[in-house]
Amino acid sequence: MPKLSGSQALLKVLTEHGVEVIFGIPGGALIPVYDALYDEPDLRHILMRHEQAAAIAAEGYARRSGKVGVCFATSGPGATNLVTGLADAMMDSIPIVAITGQVKTLAIGRDAFQEADVTGITNPITKNNRLIKRPEDLLATVREAFYVASTGRPGPCLVDLPMDISLAEVEWNDAPTNGVFDLEGYNPPREGDPQAIEAAAKLIAESAKPLLYVGGGVVSADARDEIRELARKTNVYVVNTLLGKGAYPETDNQSLGMPGMHGTAYASYAINHCDLIIAVGARFDDRVTGDLNTFAPGAKVIHIDVDPAEIGKNRDADVGILGDAKLVLPALAEAVDERKRGAWEDHLDEFRSEHQLFIPEGEGVYPQYVLNEIFNATNGEAIVATEVGQHQMWAAQFYRCAEPRQFLSSGGLGAMGFGFPAAIGAQVASPDMPVFNIAGDGSIQMNIQELATCIHEKLPIKVAILNNSCLGMVRQWQQLLFDRRYSGVDLAGNPPFADICNAYGGAGRTITKREEVRDAIEWSLGINDRPVFMDFRIEPEECVFPMIPAGKSFRDLWENLDDATGGGEK
Amino acid sequence: MKHTIAALVNNRPGVLAKVAGLFSRRGYNIDSLAVGATIDANYDDPTGEKYSRMTIVVDDEGDPQIMDQIEHQLMKLVDVVALSDHTKTDIVPRELALVKINAKPEQRPEIVALAQVFRAQVDNVGDETMIVQITGTRDKVDGLVNLLRPYGIRELMRTGRVVLARGLRAT
Repeated sequence: MPKLSGSQALLKVLTEHGVEVIFGIPGGALIPVYDALYDEPDLRHILMRHEQAAAIAAEGYARRSGKVGVCFATSGPGATNLVTGLADAMMDSIPIVAITGQVKTLAIGRDAFQEADVTGITNPITKNNRLIKRPEDLLATVREAFYVASTGRPGPCLVDLPMDISLAEVEWNDAPTNGVFDLEGYNPPREGDPQAIEAAAKLIAESAKPLLYVGGGVVSADARDEIRELARKTNVYVVNTLLGKGAYPETDNQSLGMPGMHGTAYASYAINHCDLIIAVGARFDDRVTGDLNTFAPGAKVIHIDVDPAEIGKNRDADVGILGDAKLVLPALAEAVDERKRGAWEDHLDEFRSEHQLFIPEGEGVYPQYVLNEIFNATNGEAIVATEVGQHQMWAAQFYRCAEPRQFLSSGGLGAMGFGFPAAIGAQVASPDMPVFNIAGDGSIQMNIQELATCIHEKLPIKVAILNNSCLGMVRQWQQLLFDRRYSGVDLAGNPPFADICNAYGGAGRTITKREEVRDAIEWSLGINDRPVFMDFRIEPEECVFPMIPAGKSFRDLWENLDDATGGGEK
Repeated sequence: MKHTIAALVNNRPGVLAKVAGLFSRRGYNIDSLAVGATIDANYDDPTGEKYSRMTIVVDDEGDPQIMDQIEHQLMKLVDVVALSDHTKTDIVPRELALVKINAKPEQRPEIVALAQVFRAQVDNVGDETMIVQITGTRDKVDGLVNLLRPYGIRELMRTGRVVLARGLRAT
């Protein structure tokens, strides 16, 4: 058996798992690993400017490519900076493996320089984590991390690697070739129970008003074709969550887009008036359901999920099917009868035609218009990352996605600062695709240092900043729900963002008129070697509509400002 | 209602923290948790060091559905190998308590007599104290503890419940 250093062995396991790129920042405890990296020209390392961005870039890479994303951070502050990215990956079920340096095993627990209890800190926000205490555990621990991260309901795994382990001698052995890790008590479900599938098919046959509710699990399961086949055979209309965007094409007539707090009125209408919800890889999140007691009162529920804890967690399921959507959906499509569209679908078409999203007219730069123009200029085929806030919801509404892994957004955690590093990860995964980051003037400043990474790596990410000089979503809530008592939302002191980008060596432009919008987008699409900031000075008072206030139900939906201020009853 | 869960877990560092942390972050109420290395003939473990067994008593606070969540969330932990709810199964449930009470020399005989009724034993006799060890169901332990209260309990240590399923049935 060949002997390697712990660091060399670590990198060899990464290579064994097909890792091509690592997002990271070195530091004292990781110097041996970076020393080994020096001899691995095939492992591309992207030097991020903040560890939070490294974790999120790994996520962006994973969300885009479907492969496990990898990030490195040193002990102590390097590792604690990963926390937001790990929590985000946990909430949105994204497979990443984080390798953190740790102080030497003998120094652990002595408050050594740059020591932090990283496994303790990350317990609640990782699918699994391990501190390696013996060199002979290294290979199995890192392999286990990849296996656990990428199977079942995916999620982040962290391996904490003390410096002496990374310097110790490790005896290499090849991984078991069948790719299956022997892990007692960890058995991700695969095929669904045939009886449950029959029961689901029966419910669909009996339903007059069925609806497919498609979540991020369909994307994770790589079940794009399978969900489309089920929808085709049954002619059931589809709503999708934020994370489910593109699993079923939002550009198709059968798609109603996203329901919930800022979803389309017709998607929310459909999910609240259907008599059967066929939930696939979706978890009845509160941003979708609002008040659970009044949500979809007349609907039975078929819930397909790979995580048994999700079935019945928020909404009882009449039929729960535990399994991998990639396998359950074809079985269900096989079991179900062909179904023709009927009065329900006609009714939804009619409702949709009367409740369209609207783009305000006017001289000024309206955010809805900007998103719509980005959609048009890219034929709806760009990769779109978003930060978190108003711009995120406008992007979700107006950038309709035809394919999965096209729209990258922090759904569960709602982490501002997500979009820019996620766009970096996505651009690295898909170097020839146009990648946009839809940002707000608040969010972009939470990871703006990554401009340097984009310059360094020549990543032509197009950042569209919908700049309203405030923390817009909070301002919107304060405007509509807190008597216009604007507290802590004024972003006075914003820099000229175009100049910031120029100063780094990127390209910047400020857009203040409607007629400049399309031209700026076309200009950005022509830039292929450096990042672009488009500073859209949008109408500062714009609010995101429709809106269902938190904890309310569809009856309380506001379609516009008049509804919101007049208390329109539906 | 209180539920008794038995969990077979990997005997490795950090597992107790993972289980206990899950209860606190999801807002479940742990009544007691006992853990120790174990042997389980249903699992291949030649060294006898591979597994620990936990007995966890949880209060569902009137929401029996929460137990489904707790079990599913626990099983999601990679180090939890097997899990079962023994609230309604035939088990041997036991707790152990050490009770240090004030005991003047003249009180010793009646305390020894009291202990005998409960098949408890006296583990230590000091100048002014005695330590009584009681093993049994919670009710039995509570019963003796209550009877010892009048003497003045100086210190009390309870283990929490441990269980094994009766007969061939696995715990």
